[in-house]
Amino acid sequence: MTTEVFVQSLVSGLTQGCIYALIGLGFTIIFSVTGIINFAQGEFVMLGGMLSYFLAKSAGLSVFPALIVSIVIAMLIGAVLYLTAIRTARKASVVSLIIITIGAAIFIRGVAGELWGADPVAPPYFTGDGSISVLGASIQYQALWIVGVTLAVSIVLHLFFSYTMIGKALKASAMNRTAAGLVGVNTRTMSLIAFTLAAALGALGGVVIAPLSLTSYNVGAMLGLKGFVASSIGGFRSHILTILGGIALGVMESVTIALNWGPFRSNYKEAIALVVLLLVLLIRSRKLSEEERAS
Amino acid sequence: MRKWFCLLLAVVILAAAIPLTGCSKSESEEPYKIGALFAVTGGNAPLGEPEKQTIDMMVKKINDNGGINGHPVEVITYNYESDAAKCATYAEKLITEDKVVAIIGPTGTGDSLAIVDACRDAEIPLISCAAGVSIVTPTATNDKHWIFTTPQLSVMVIQKLYAYLLTQSITKIAILTDTNGFGVDGKNNLKAQAATYGITITAEQTYGGSDADMLTQLTLIKNSSPQAVVCWGTSPGPAIVARNMTTLGMTNIPLFGSHGIAFQSFITAAGASANGVIFPCGKLPIVDSLPASDPQKDLLTTYRDEFNERYGNGTANTFGGHAYDALSIVVAALENAVDETPKDINSSDDTLQTVRGKIRDYVETKVNSTGFAETGGFPGTAGVFNMSAENHNGLAMSCLVMVKIVGGKWTLVAE
Repeated sequence: MTTEVFVQSLVSGLTQGCIYALIGLGFTIIFSVTGIINFAQGEFVMLGGMLSYFLAKSAGLSVFPALIVSIVIAMLIGAVLYLTAIRTARKASVVSLIIITIGAAIFIRGVAGELWGADPVAPPYFTGDGSISVLGASIQYQALWIVGVTLAVSIVLHLFFSYTMIGKALKASAMNRTAAGLVGVNTRTMSLIAFTLAAALGALGGVVIAPLSLTSYNVGAMLGLKGFVASSIGGFRSHILTILGGIALGVMESVTIALNWGPFRSNYKEAIALVVLLLVLLIRSRKLSEEERAS
Repeated sequence: MRKWFCLLLAVVILAAAIPLTGCSKSESEEPYKIGALFAVTGGNAPLGEPEKQTIDMMVKKINDNGGINGHPVEVITYNYESDAAKCATYAEKLITEDKVVAIIGPTGTGDSLAIVDACRDAEIPLISCAAGVSIVTPTATNDKHWIFTTPQLSVMVIQKLYAYLLTQSITKIAILTDTNGFGVDGKNNLKAQAATYGITITAEQTYGGSDADMLTQLTLIKNSSPQAVVCWGTSPGPAIVARNMTTLGMTNIPLFGSHGIAFQSFITAAGASANGVIFPCGKLPIVDSLPASDPQKDLLTTYRDEFNERYGNGTANTFGGHAYDALSIVVAALENAVDETPKDINSSDDTLQTVRGKIRDYVETKVNSTGFAETGGFPGTAGVFNMSAENHNGLAMSCLVMVKIVGGKWTLVAE
């Protein structure tokens, strides 16, 4: 493997991994606050990309207004999803709630397919289609945007959870829902905020990646799966581990392509996420049973 | 209270029954029922959607023009969501519950293979819209007796491409294929036929689902110094490949695609990077460049214009055309080989079975130069069909052309 190929795979992997991280964060935030795995998370990535394209095309918005409006619309859909489907069924078991999110995912995908058709679309690049060359590898401007946005979001989220009242209340609900309720945190409002925030993160990921990967009404499921794996690396609770997990997954996939040797080839790239998921489950289940024995 | 309820119920039932008896169909209004299976949503949606739209458009046109021998036609279409298992369920439903005379579709090769045995056992003609060779071969065994397919077979498309590469003195290629069914089928065929044409494959790479870029694969390909890159996949993959090749400055290496990129959306998505891309496909994209003597010219122009008028400019594509050909063939069979009225067919299973057999026999023996001597075969959008007992696709290499994208437009490559 030449340096050129290796550096290129690191760059591509980092770009892809940042998206997994943003999607994974959505899973983590919702799970930690509500105990629900939201399988509609991937659909918000699709919504972000598709909305930004059609807002730019039919409403004539330029890149950044389209980005903001797309995220706001996705947040509203996230809030409506929580208020109509999740809160009304709050007495149901967690498993039922998870199944509801699968239903919601199918519904959102179906409506998007009806509205926007099956053809893939390419939203415009944020700042042109140029690239810079580093050690023989090409870094597209859009890839820089993706990495920059992920970094900025990570910092903002950290500040939000550490220094704002709402952030701290969310954190408290994640640590112990009953105790948080006892000290006056409205846990239902926190659940609503968690769903809205996760929708925003997913949509943001969708808006920034769509100019590179193109998008269509059915990209949500695959990206959702990758985000789920990222979140599982963080135990569905740790934000920083979710972000690092997402990036690690992206880089692993990409380096597998670059190795181009034995079982490490582009053919087997898609299997990486599932292998990682299996490993995480094996390790975590042992940890869990140890914890049980200790108590 | 209960009495009132019963009375009310009786009134409701009666009221519901009136329109039923009121519009019970007279004999001439009862339709011929044809089944259709398309992947209108899911992975194959860019193919399945225009197929369904084509059928909707044709059914309206046929019935507006007085139907088939005075009887209307009804196409019962199921969207199997690109899921082979659902496809099999719907096929069963079409055969036993809806009692259709023939089935059109499905969209994909895997989905077609999932139902060929059921169609053989039920003895119903299946006119598939998918390009896998295995759908209609081997014909020597009786297995594919009832199975036909309308697109140019994938093997043929690759032979066309390789033959063209040789005319350009290109013998070293790198292949980059999608991990979906279409890409895998292409990859196997590209590798299997390379030796016959004296073509060496310098690198073989794949890409899948949600990839943001194929820069790593293309860097590996670039380092293997091929004379050309062949990308086999359906949207959006090839568009990203075209853009990434520009990013990597691989402008001196030509990119060849499959007939899977014969969509306007490929050009829109790839932008300026689409220019220079060459691919083998049917004649629809370059119909205006065809000579007036071409037997497909009028048919293709009419199909394209009617489709674009109904569904929007630039939406007509070769895939919808495969459904057009499939339904045209069934309609021709009903017109020319079937005397039974729809009422007979719909009321007796034996008659239904006889008609299914008549349609099959007609397709095999008459959808060729015997039945259509003037045009040297049955003219369709994919080519001029010459079905026979040995060949249940019936298309020849001459129905394929090489298309090059120049200035964002499809142009015919002179050969």
